Amino acid sequence: MLKVVDETKKAFLTGNETIAWAALAAGADIMFGYPITPQNEVMHYWTRLAPRYGREFLQTEDEISAGFTVCGAVQAGKKAFTATAGPGNVLMQEPFGMAEAMRLPLFAIIQQRGGPSSGTVIYSQQEVALTTYGGNGEGYRIVYSSASHQEIYDYTIKGFNMAWKYRWPTFLLGDGYQAKMREPLEMYDPEEKGIKIEPTYPLVGLPGKIGEDREPQHLCNIYSLEEELYDVVMKLSAEYESIAPEIIEWQEHHCEDADIIILTHGIVSRAADDAVKALRAQGIKAGYFRPITLRPYPAQQLRDAIAKSGAKTLLVAESSYGQFERLTKQEIYGETIKMEHLYMPGVGIIDYDIISKVKSVL
Amino acid sequence: MITPAVPKSWYLPTKPHKFCPGCGHGIVLKALGEVIDELEIQDQTIFGCDIGCSLLSWDFFACDSTQTHHGRTIPVMVGIKRSRPELITIGYMGDGGGYSIGSQHLLNSAVRNEKVTLILVNNTNYGMTGGQMAPTTLPGQKTETSPYGRDPETTGYPTKGPEFLAEVTSEGAYVARATVSKYKQLKRFLKNALRNQIEGNGFSFVEVLSTCPTNWRTNAQQTWHFLEDEMEPYFPVGELKSPFSKGGDK
Repeated sequence: MLKVVDETKKAFLTGNETIAWAALAAGADIMFGYPITPQNEVMHYWTRLAPRYGREFLQTEDEISAGFTVCGAVQAGKKAFTATAGPGNVLMQEPFGMAEAMRLPLFAIIQQRGGPSSGTVIYSQQEVALTTYGGNGEGYRIVYSSASHQEIYDYTIKGFNMAWKYRWPTFLLGDGYQAKMREPLEMYDPEEKGIKIEPTYPLVGLPGKIGEDREPQHLCNIYSLEEELYDVVMKLSAEYESIAPEIIEWQEHHCEDADIIILTHGIVSRAADDAVKALRAQGIKAGYFRPITLRPYPAQQLRDAIAKSGAKTLLVAESSYGQFERLTKQEIYGETIKMEHLYMPGVGIIDYDIISKVKSVL
Repeated sequence: MITPAVPKSWYLPTKPHKFCPGCGHGIVLKALGEVIDELEIQDQTIFGCDIGCSLLSWDFFACDSTQTHHGRTIPVMVGIKRSRPELITIGYMGDGGGYSIGSQHLLNSAVRNEKVTLILVNNTNYGMTGGQMAPTTLPGQKTETSPYGRDPETTGYPTKGPEFLAEVTSEGAYVARATVSKYKQLKRFLKNALRNQIEGNGFSFVEVLSTCPTNWRTNAQQTWHFLEDEMEPYFPVGELKSPFSKGGDK
C-alpha cells in the first residue's frame, strides 16, 4: 500500500480535510457517504485523495444506506467508514444499532450541527445523547470528543484501531466549527510513531471450502426468545464494561486545589482551558476537567478530581441544553458537589462566557 | 425409500426448514440451492436476508450468511460487493422489505447498476407480522390493515417492481418475474440472475410470485387458485430485461 505520509510534517488544514488524510493514513479501504453539512468536505477530500491510494468511495442514496453499506463492508473484512451530522446521525442510528448488536467495527465521524430537526448547518454540541446512547439498545459504543485538529488526526487513526481491536461501533464526535476551521497540526505515519495498526479480518467470505475446511458463517441479530436476547445483552454488557477502563480517556489540570471545577468536552474545553488560566491569574482557584471519551465516561476519574480538590462547585459548560450535564449526572450519581451550568445550545462558548459564569456563581 | 434430492448448498442441521406449510419460500430456496450447486459458487456466495418471513432463511444455506433490519439487506449486500467484488452476493427479501421500507435502496442500487443479485418474494402481504397490506396486495384483497379489501382510491395500485426496475436499469441489468408454480422457469431465471453477477454485467433482480396460505386463510386448492388465477394475470411472469436474450423470455 502506497504510503500516505512519508515523513512527519506540519500541515494547515480544515478539520474535514484532516479526517480524510487521517483515514488514509489509518489504512481505511472505503468510505460510504451521503451529503450533509457540515461534514461534506470529508467526502470531497476523500474522493479526491482516495484514488491516488487505491481506496474506494460510494455515495449512497441516504444515510441509512451509508451506515448499512459500512456494516456490509466491515463484515467482508474491509476498513470502512462514514461521516454524518444532525438528521443524518438520526438516520444512521439504525445501522449503528446493528453494529452494536453484531460487534461490527464500524467507524463514523459525527460533525455536530444545530438541532432539533434541521436546526442549523453550523455548530452545536447537541448530538451527545444521540451519539452516546442512540438506537434501541444500551449504548455499546466508543465515543471520542475531539477538541483540536491534532486530536482529529490522532483520534481518527485511533478510532479505526479501537473499532477493530474491540469491535464496538466507534465515533469521532466533532462539530461544525472543528469541521470548517483551519488550524495547524502535525501529520504523521502512525506506524512510524509506533502506533500499531489493528489488523482487519472478515466475518463472511472466509477462505476455504465449506464442509471440508470450515463451517459456514451464519450471522444474525434477532432472537426468538426473551431469554436468548437476555443472555446476549448480558454478555455484551459484561464485555463492554470489562474493556471500558482500557478505553477511557480524559484531561485534567489545576484540579488539586480547585474551588470550582469547570467541566467541558470537545471544542468548548478550549474555552475552559483559557478561562482557567485567566481565573487563576485573577486569584480564583479554578480547575479543568474534560472527558475525551464520552462513552465510556471517565466517571471515577471525575469523582477522584472532585474528592482530591475538595471543590465546592462543578460548572458544566456546553453548547447544548443540558445533554452533557445529564450524561455527567448519571455517571457521578451520589456526589454532593453543587452543580452549576452554562447552557448555550447551538452557539459557541468563549473564555469570557465561562469566566463571567464562574464569577456569578462563586 | 426414495428421498427427494436436497441441494448440496443447503445447510442440513437447520432442516426441515421453519416456513409454514404451503409457503412458497421453500420452493424458491430449493431452486436457489440447486442453482448455487450447478454454478459451483457455494464457497464464494454471501447470502443476506432481512426481517420478515425471509428472515427464516438466515441459516438455510451452507453459505456464509448475514441478516439485517427490515429493508436493509440491499445496502448490506452492496457494501460487501463493493469491498469484495470477487464474492457473489444474494440479497433475499419480501415485498415489504424491497418495495416499501427498502424501496429507496432497491431503486438506487438498480440505477447505479450494482452488481448484486436480489431475489424478492411477492406473497401480497406482510407475512411475519401477521398479514398486513403490502405494496403488492391486489385491489380488493382483504388483509389485516385492509379488512374491507384494498381500495386503490386510497392506497394506490400494487407495485410492479420488475416493470419499474426494467425502466431505470441500464445495459447489462437482468430483471425478471418468476412464480413458484413454474419451477423450471423459476430456476432458469435465478440462474440467469446469478450468471449475470458472475459475469459482472450488472444489477440482477428476480421477483418470485409466492404463496401464503397462513395469512391468505386459504386451503391448498384456494392457494393455488389465488396464485395462478389472481396474481399471475396481474403480475405477468417473464424476463423483462436480459443480457442473455434480446427479446426476453415471456
